[in-house]
This record gives sequence, structure tokens and C-alpha cells, in this order.
Amino acid sequence: MSFSITEPSGRQKWIAGVLVVTYAVLTLIPLIWIIATGFKTPQDAIAYPPKVFFEPSLEGYVNLFTSRSRVTPEDLAALPPPSTFYDRIVRQYDMVITGPSKYGERFLNSVIIGFGSTFLSVFLGTIAAYAFSRFKVPMKDDLLFFILSTRMMPPIAVAIPIFLMYRQLGLSDTHLGMILLYTAVNLSLSVWLLKGFIDEIPVEYEEAALIDGYTRFQAFYKVVLPQAATGIASTAIFCLIFAWNEYAFVALLTSGTAQTAPPFIPTIIGTGGKDWPAVAAGATLFLVPIMVFTILLRKHLLRGITFGAVRK
Amino acid sequence: MSDPLAHRVASATPPQLAHRIRGLSDRTIAWLFVAPTIFLLLAINIFPLIWTIRLSLTNFRTNKPNAEVEFVGLENYRKILTDEDTWIALQSTAHFLIWTIVLQVLIGFTLAYLINKKFRGNDLWTTLIVLPMMLSPAVVGTFWTFLYQPQIGLFNYFIAFLTGADPASFSMIGDVPLAPWAIVIVDTWMWTPFVMLICLAGLRSIPSSIYEAAECDRASKWRQFWTITIPMALPFLMLAVLFRGIENFKMFDLVVQLTGGGPGSTTLLTSIDLKREAFEKWRTGYASAYAVILFVTVFGLASIYVKALNKVKDR
Repeated sequence: MSFSITEPSGRQKWIAGVLVVTYAVLTLIPLIWIIATGFKTPQDAIAYPPKVFFEPSLEGYVNLFTSRSRVTPEDLAALPPPSTFYDRIVRQYDMVITGPSKYGERFLNSVIIGFGSTFLSVFLGTIAAYAFSRFKVPMKDDLLFFILSTRMMPPIAVAIPIFLMYRQLGLSDTHLGMILLYTAVNLSLSVWLLKGFIDEIPVEYEEAALIDGYTRFQAFYKVVLPQAATGIASTAIFCLIFAWNEYAFVALLTSGTAQTAPPFIPTIIGTGGKDWPAVAAGATLFLVPIMVFTILLRKHLLRGITFGAVRK
Repeated sequence: MSDPLAHRVASATPPQLAHRIRGLSDRTIAWLFVAPTIFLLLAINIFPLIWTIRLSLTNFRTNKPNAEVEFVGLENYRKILTDEDTWIALQSTAHFLIWTIVLQVLIGFTLAYLINKKFRGNDLWTTLIVLPMMLSPAVVGTFWTFLYQPQIGLFNYFIAFLTGADPASFSMIGDVPLAPWAIVIVDTWMWTPFVMLICLAGLRSIPSSIYEAAECDRASKWRQFWTITIPMALPFLMLAVLFRGIENFKMFDLVVQLTGGGPGSTTLLTSIDLKREAFEKWRTGYASAYAVILFVTVFGLASIYVKALNKVKDR
């Protein structure tokens, strides 16, 4: 439609482009700044005026992954010379590494709980969406609205009884407890999104399969599932992002074993106040996977956001 | 059955075997597939909600599990509604809610309008703009405290550069008049892309034939904007406002990490206030009543709003 009378003129496009790119650059500065801060030394991080050009250092990352303690200069002199680059960095500050920090553990928890709850909510969401899409379920509309309405609840409102309930059941501060909780929160989104995707698959495919002697189950996983694969994948991304980013529940219901990275990152403290390069390094490692994901899968993601919103 | 042969063949198979071949009945499958979802939602959403309502009528305290629990009726509700602090928290929430929505709608719609001009590479730039909303709000709050540091913070430096003020002379999260704006700015930075995406969906849903018709009638661009673009994108815009409204009424993670409700109680939003009552002062019964009040408020406001939205849609 390049000759359509409603097509914007070249000049209009140019102005629109410049304005949007300006906004995008401004909005990305905080993110770029935080990634850069992760590679600064603590002195450079708090320099005035803020340093745009600096000598990169891995100090933030070393501090993020280790716990350290101060030793006297005499003890330090008595130690054998540092064998690794991280030992060398730490010794500049009269410190020695005493062990790994909790960051690795918390990051691993994020991965376990994120993927566990995503798998469960997509699995349950797919079969429920299939049933809602294809069968006569009694009170279908009421059930669907009920599923949606659970999304409106403020997390803090249900956190108190869940806290008490989990304590009774022995689920507090466990991976299973957090996986079940995130699954429950994500289910409404997953059922609604997937129902939309499955509704779009023609019923005739399954009917043909049934006539060929497939059972319902076979028709479901051999015909419907492959057709719904794209929809399932983009739903999974949304569930994963939610579980990855969640803070309120995990901060209130866990204290150690099952705690994910978001409540840990703000607590990283160095000598005399926050260790900003380490905080920035922790944030970078935690946020960059999501950024890469978003850019690579932009087509599905952007469609999913609006689709989910407009459907509701 | 009209075909006698087919009938004979069909009845020749014993019923049990037929059942095995055909698998479970559709009805059974439907229940089997829906039941786990409904069960999980009842266990982790509805049951706790009912429990919250029950707790809200008592003086139970989680840190004193052995103390006798008394039924106090609506006493908790009376206390909350007559407590001045509740109203202060509601005012802070209202300030946050109104300004984030106004700014996000203005900026988000403008961006969507510009992106809809379809300049080259617009989808890549759209993706880059969307990045902030994909991130963890708690982590975003944490690193914005760094940008907001007086003197060394990049934000302060930027403002100082524009206005000539001393970057050490103000603290966005430490000064009482500035803190409510500090949280508005970060939320707007993070969530404007969401409003933008929904507006974009709205703008793209307008058929170009309408503009062509208007063009034939020699309607000016200005007129087209106000009589076609705005009314047709309005339902989408209102939907975006609904989602942001619900989310920001519940706002917790971002602001807790950014200001923690301070300085004083200038950014003490209702969710943060509630968290303090429930998990720091351990007034479980009182906090439960607070939670019920907030939930009813969100639900009530959202229902009224949805009614208005449907009216706009039907027009």
C-alpha cells in the first residue's frame, strides 16, 4: 500500500523515527549504566562527576560471588602469594576469601522455582484450556471468570493465611511451596492465553484423527499439542518472567533455603555501605537473560502482551 | 443405525473392550483436565481469602500463637477506618496512582502514535523501549536508589546538568517533597511501554478505509485525529488504565526497595503499610481486616470502571 493516501509521508516518518529513537536511548541509559557499574571499582562507581569512561574491573563480580573477611597486614604477609586473579583483587583491600557467597545458591533457586512453576502452570493450563475450548463443561463461563478474578487479589492480602497454612503443612521456605504458589498465580493467565490459542485450531483436525481410530488422549497430544506449540511457548515465557521477577511472596514466605535472587540482590553490602558494583553485577546477571530473551523472542512476546490484555 | 452390517459389527465388540479402544469418555476427560486447575486455585487463592476474612474478625497475632483468640466482630474494621494513618496511606496511594496513570497514558499514547507511522526499524526500537517492563521490579527499585544518590547519582547529575542546581543539594528518595515524585518517575519509566503496546494494538485495529473515507471528505488531519483516532483507540486506552490502576493499587515490590515507604511515611502506600502491620507488628487480625478492605476497594473500583468501559465499547 505504498501509494495509499493514508500512508504517512517521508518527512512524518522521519520525525516520528527521531522522536522514538530519542526516547528509546533515554530509557535505556539507566540499564546501560547499571551494566557498566558492574564493571567498575567501588571508587569509580561513586566518583563525581559520574565516570563514563573507566578501566574495567571484575571486582564487583568477585565481591558478588564470594564472602570475605579482613586480616591484619602481618597475617596477609604470611600468606602464600595469591594464585588466582580473584585472590589478587581481594588482597588489595587486606582481605581474604572465606568462601562462596549466597548469590549462586539464590540464583539457582530462581532457576528451579522459575522453570518448575512454569512447567506446571503451562501443563495444567494447557489441559484445562483444552477442556474449556472443546468440551461442554458445566458453568463454563462462571469457572473462566473465577479463574480470571484470582488475578486481581493483592499478594499481601493472601500472604498472611498462606504463611500460616504453609507453616502447618511444612511448605514454608521450600521449593515445592513456592512452585505451587507461583503456579496458582500464573494459572489464570495461562488458561486464558492458551484457550485463545487452542480456540484457533480447527476442530476438524481432531475429528479426522478420532475417525482414524485415535482416542481422545492420542488426538490431544498428537494433533492438538503440535498445533498449539507456538502458543504454549509464548505462554511459558510469560509465566517464566513472572516467576523470575516476583518479589512480594518470596520475601514474605521464604527466609533462606528457597529464597530466589530478587530479595538477595538489595542486601549485598560491602565495607561501609552498599557495595554498588557488586549489586550492579548481581542485577546484571539477573536481568540480562530476560533482556536477551525479550529481544530474541520479540514477535511472540509483544503479541502476547496485547493479546492477553485485549482478550480480558 | 441404518446400516445393518455396521450395526452388527459395532455390537460384535464387547462393551468393555469398546470402552478401552475409545478411551475415556469426553465428560471424564473434561473433568480430569479442569479439576487440577480449579483445585489449586481453590487451595491457594480462595481458601486463603476466606481465612483472611475469618481472621479479620479476631484479635489473632501470629507471633503469639498460644494466646487466646477472641472474636472481636467488626472492631478491626472500625479501628482501621477511623485511623488517620490509613487515610494518609490512601492519599499517598492516590497521588501515586493518578500521576503514574496520567504520565503513562500521555507518553505511552504519543509513542504508540509515532511508532504507528511505521518508520524503518520501528519494531526493533519498540522492543528496546519495552525492556524495562520485563525486569524484576524489586531489582529495578534497588538500582534506581543508586541513580538517585545525591551527588554521585546519575539522575541527580542529569538534573543538575539541566538546571544548574548543585547535585548534592537534593535527594530524590530522602527529601519529603521529592520522594512521592521519585516513585512516580521510576514507575513511569518502567510501565509506560505497557500502555504504549496496548495503545499500539488499538491504533493498528483501526481500518485504514475509515481514514481514506475521511480523506475523500477532505477532513483535516487534526479533525481526523479527534474524530477517528481518539474515539476508536479509547477502549484500548481505558483498558490500559484499568490494568495499570489495579497493578499500582497493589504496588509493593518496586516502592519497598526504592524508598521503603519513607522518608517518614511520605511514600507509605497501602500495601507497604499492610505489610508492616502483618509482618512487622504481627497484628494479624487487624492486617487481615486491612487486606479485606483493600481487596473490596480494588474490586469495587474495577467493577465500576469496567461498566464505564463497556459503555464506551458499545457506543
